[in-house]
This record gives sequence, C-alpha cells and structure tokens, in this order.
Amino acid sequence: MKASAVAYRLLQLVPVLLGVSVIVFLMMWLTPGDPVEVMLAGQQATAEQAASLRHDMGLDQPPLQRFAVFLGNALTGNFGLSFFHRRPVADVIAERLPATIELTLAALVIALLIAIPLGVVAAVKRGSLFDRLATVGSLFGVSLPGFWFGILLLIPFSVNLKLLPVSGRSSLSCEVAPITHLLVLDSLLRGQLACAGEALRFLTLPAITLALPTAAVLMRVMRASMLEVLRSDYVAFAEAKGLSPRRVLLRHALKNALAPTVTVAAIETGSLLGGNMVVETVFGWPGLGRLVVESIFVRNYPLVQAAVLLYAVTYVLLNFAADILYTRLNPKVEL
Amino acid sequence: MSAIPASPALRAAGPASPGRLGLQTFLANRMSLASAVIVLLILAAAVAAPLVAPHDPNETDLLRRLQPPAWLEGGEWSYLFGCDALGRDILSRIVFGARVSIFIGVAVVALATAIGIALGLAAGYLRGWTDIAISRVVDVLLGFPYLIFAIALMAMMGPGLQNIVLALVYKEWVIPCRVVRGETLAMRQTEFVEAARAVGATRGRIMFGEILPNILSPVIVVATIRMAHVIILEASLSFLGLGVQPPTASWGSMVADGRAFILDAWWVSTFPGLAILVLVLAINVASQGLRDAFDPKIND
Repeated sequence: MKASAVAYRLLQLVPVLLGVSVIVFLMMWLTPGDPVEVMLAGQQATAEQAASLRHDMGLDQPPLQRFAVFLGNALTGNFGLSFFHRRPVADVIAERLPATIELTLAALVIALLIAIPLGVVAAVKRGSLFDRLATVGSLFGVSLPGFWFGILLLIPFSVNLKLLPVSGRSSLSCEVAPITHLLVLDSLLRGQLACAGEALRFLTLPAITLALPTAAVLMRVMRASMLEVLRSDYVAFAEAKGLSPRRVLLRHALKNALAPTVTVAAIETGSLLGGNMVVETVFGWPGLGRLVVESIFVRNYPLVQAAVLLYAVTYVLLNFAADILYTRLNPKVEL
Repeated sequence: MSAIPASPALRAAGPASPGRLGLQTFLANRMSLASAVIVLLILAAAVAAPLVAPHDPNETDLLRRLQPPAWLEGGEWSYLFGCDALGRDILSRIVFGARVSIFIGVAVVALATAIGIALGLAAGYLRGWTDIAISRVVDVLLGFPYLIFAIALMAMMGPGLQNIVLALVYKEWVIPCRVVRGETLAMRQTEFVEAARAVGATRGRIMFGEILPNILSPVIVVATIRMAHVIILEASLSFLGLGVQPPTASWGSMVADGRAFILDAWWVSTFPGLAILVLVLAINVASQGLRDAFDPKIND
C-alpha cells in the first residue's frame, strides 16, 4: 500500500468531515424558537447570562460567521459551556468518554469471540443442523431490540440469581487510581485483581447486550467469507498436498477469511456507538451515550451538538480505518 | 436499421418470467411464507385494531394495576397479557402499538425509497455534477451512525409521529439511493437503454420507463430488509422517550414503562418487547426469502 494512496484517501475525508460539521451546525437551526431561551427555561438565568450564552454560541452573529466560529471552536475542542453542569462541554464529555470506550471495546471483543468460531464452524459444516441453528441464531440477533433484551437479562442474572449488578460501573469499595481510565484495565495494571473482577461484573451484562446484534452480523460475514475461501484453488491445493484439515483450516483458510470480518467489525464499531445510547440508559452506565440522552431532556444543546460531532467524526475515521485494514489484510485490493 | 431489442420488462409477460419464477421460489420456501403470513396477520390486526383489541388501550383502571397475565394467580382471561401500572390492558396496547410501528416502518421506507429511486436514477444515469453532488451528500450522511443522527434530530425537532418519520427519512433514503445508483450504472450501457436513446426517448422516459422497471427487484428486497431496521429504530427512540408520546401506545415506550416494575411485574415490559421481536424477525425471515427468490446474486 502506497503512502500516497493513504494520503489521497485521507484528503477525501476532508469534504466529508466538513459536510458532517455543516449538518451538525444546521441541526441547531431546526430547533424551534430561540435556543438560548429554550435552554435556560426554568434555570432562573439573568439577562446577562442569557446574553453571554448567546454570544458564546455565536447566536448574535450572521450565519456564515456563526459557522466559522463553530468550526474554529470544534477544531480547538472548545464547545462552550454546559449550563447544566456549569463546566466546559469538552470537560464533561472527556469525563464520560472512557466508560463508553470501555463498554464498546468489551462488546467488540465479545462479538468477535462469538462470531468467528460460530461462523467458521457453520461454513465448514454447511447445511448441517449446526449451520441452520447458527443462521436462525443470527436472524434472532439482528432482530432483537437491545433495550428489551438488556432488561430481560436483568431478571435471571441480577434479580433472581443476584450474580451481576443491576446498574452502574463500579462499587464504592473499589478505588483505582486512573491510568487509561478504563476500569478493568486500570485495576489489572495496578494489580487490584478484586477490583478488576468487580468491574468485570458490572461490565458483563451491558457488553453482552450491546454485542449480540454485532455478533450476528459478523457471524454472517465470517460464514460467507469462509465459504468463499474454502471453495478457492489454494485451499484445494493445500488439501491435495496432504496437509491435515485442521492445518488447512487454521493456517490457510482462516487467515484469509478474516479480512472481510475484521473490516466489517471496524465499521460495526460505529453501530456500537449508536447502540451505546440505548444500552447505557438501560444499565445506568455512566458513559457518553447516557449523558447525551440526559442532556436532550434538559435541553443542553451545546453538549448534544458536540457529542454528535464527536460520534460522527469517530465513525468516519473508523470507516477509513476499515478501508486501510482491508487493503493491509488483502493485498489484492488497492485503495 | 436493426430491430430494437425488447426490454426485459416487456419480456416479463411470458410464462417463465423472472418475476413468476421468483414468486414460485418464494412460495416454496415454507419459513419465508410463514413469516410473510405472520407479518400480514400483524398488519391486519393493526388495521382492525378497534375491532381486534379487547379493551380501550388508554382506559385506566387502578384496581387492575399490574394485574398478572391470565395464566398466573390473580389473572383474568379477559386481560390475557395482564395490565400495566395504570391498569391498562397490555394486549390492547400491543394491538394499537402495532399501528405505530407498522405506520412508521411503511411511511419511512416508502418515502425514503421514493427519494432514493429519484436521486439514485439521476446520479447513475445523468452522471457528471449531478452524480458528484448526490454522492457527496450520501457520503456525508453515511458519516453519521444512524441512531445517533435520529436521536439528535428528534432532540432538536421534538417528539411526535411526524417528526419521527422525518428524522428517519433524512438518512434512510441514502440506502435505496446507493442501490439504485449502482444498478443504474450497470443498466445505462445495456442494449435496450442504448436503443431507447437511439429512438429519441427523453431522459425521464429512459430512467423511469426503461431502467426503473428492471431494477425494482433489488430495490424491493432492500426496502423490506430496511423496514425491520426502521421498526427497531422507532422502538429505540420511543424507549428513550424521544418517539411517540403518551398516552399513544408504542411498543418501545411500553417496554420503557415496564422497566421500573421488572422485579414484580415482568409482563409489562416482556410482551411489548416480544411483539417487536416477532414482527422484526418475521420481516427479516420473509425478506431473506424475497432476496433468495428475486435477487439470487447475493446468496450465501
């Protein structure tokens, strides 16, 4: 893969990111009425505070200038003040982001752990009972409303067996000095194994709920790409050479069949970001998704705007990473 | 001058047309057929909700607060799935809730498909600046995770049935548009399109009269797959309190209402969620059958 091709692809992201910022900016325009009045309703703000907020949000300037201010602020990470929290929006987001990253990564790992082995076995045993069950399972996975499934999981595991907590991210008894701000990882790095176990207990149900629809999609991709690889000449050649079926499968077929799955996994991480809002709400997970939903109800628009922009930029970059990853794993494809 | 080749749409009238073969394949697939029947039954129940529902969905009766389903102790057969926290009949609310889910599913997919077809045909057939402009807008909208985009729009526009449809259509049209554009690009070089161009057919006539009838199969298949997705999105928005507002029954908000009582009254959340699962699963299985029958290129 040539560096110039990557640079060209990166350059193509610029108009997309600019377009994304325009849409996020325009969303504010859809808000009926004066956004400042709507935001300050019931907060007993003075006229000066309202004027200051209007100035901070650039509402006292013409539209193009407002967009320029918005873009400049976005590039420097200045999204104004979260009136509800009485702190800068960027600080509030930074505080909640690690919980969302931890949940997303855990869901991604679970999804891959489910999808890869099931997809491989379903492809190898094509047409068998296992294959049919896996196909039905994947259809269930994509049809499950995550918010409902999460609530259902709470009944046996949290209410009846009391194995896993109902909500939250950690118990008060565990205090771990942050390194990465990912609780499980930090607890392990600090050697606090009990706290790592405790953090994992909190993480399990939300991560499984978030992972299942993605696992269903990835399993289908894995099965399809494995079927294609198993039909290829080099697999037939490896078998003809007398290599054991296990070696053919693990050393030759799996490696090549993984490329599309890993690529789709990178893209699906974007869907996990969306799913976070629902799952974090169900499990009271203190992440960015729940913060956005809470902010909507208190009309904390600068925070919603900043978070949506952050999600969109992450999503665009994930798609870019998926492209690069695909070309790295599959040298036949050029950018 | 050589004879103008007949378009596949004209040939479709024959006995072994792809459409008829596809229909036969679909009808032979028992799983898909059964799923299609389930979808039709739910649709019929939604349309005839006032006749089918045993009670008024908004009628409260605090004496029946959190009454269990009929087969549990304290249940009554006239309240099959029990009652919610306000003593409303859950089954009746599920039947009326189907109206919301199906209306939004159909309205969003129909509007998005219409927009997607028009813009996809224009981009794929006219090419040039039209294609560049439409494709860039598509790229930008694809830059947003779907649910986050819809949540942000609902936050700005406020809740309500019409706003949900709008919030979902704003991004949904991108998917049929991409499919139509791709198919149109492949079609624009075919003999019958060249022939229509040679006899002086207008651009509109070629796009809507010649190309569109021949690319409808994948568009319909994609539309059915997307309907399942849209129904889950609507339920998610309603669950978060950003969708249909009370007292209108919506499956997503019913699940949310029952969350607080999950310890003592599991049925309040369970049955509406099950209704979403059954409808979405049936649409997904039926659409897979449709895809196998009408668009076999993407099998396996």
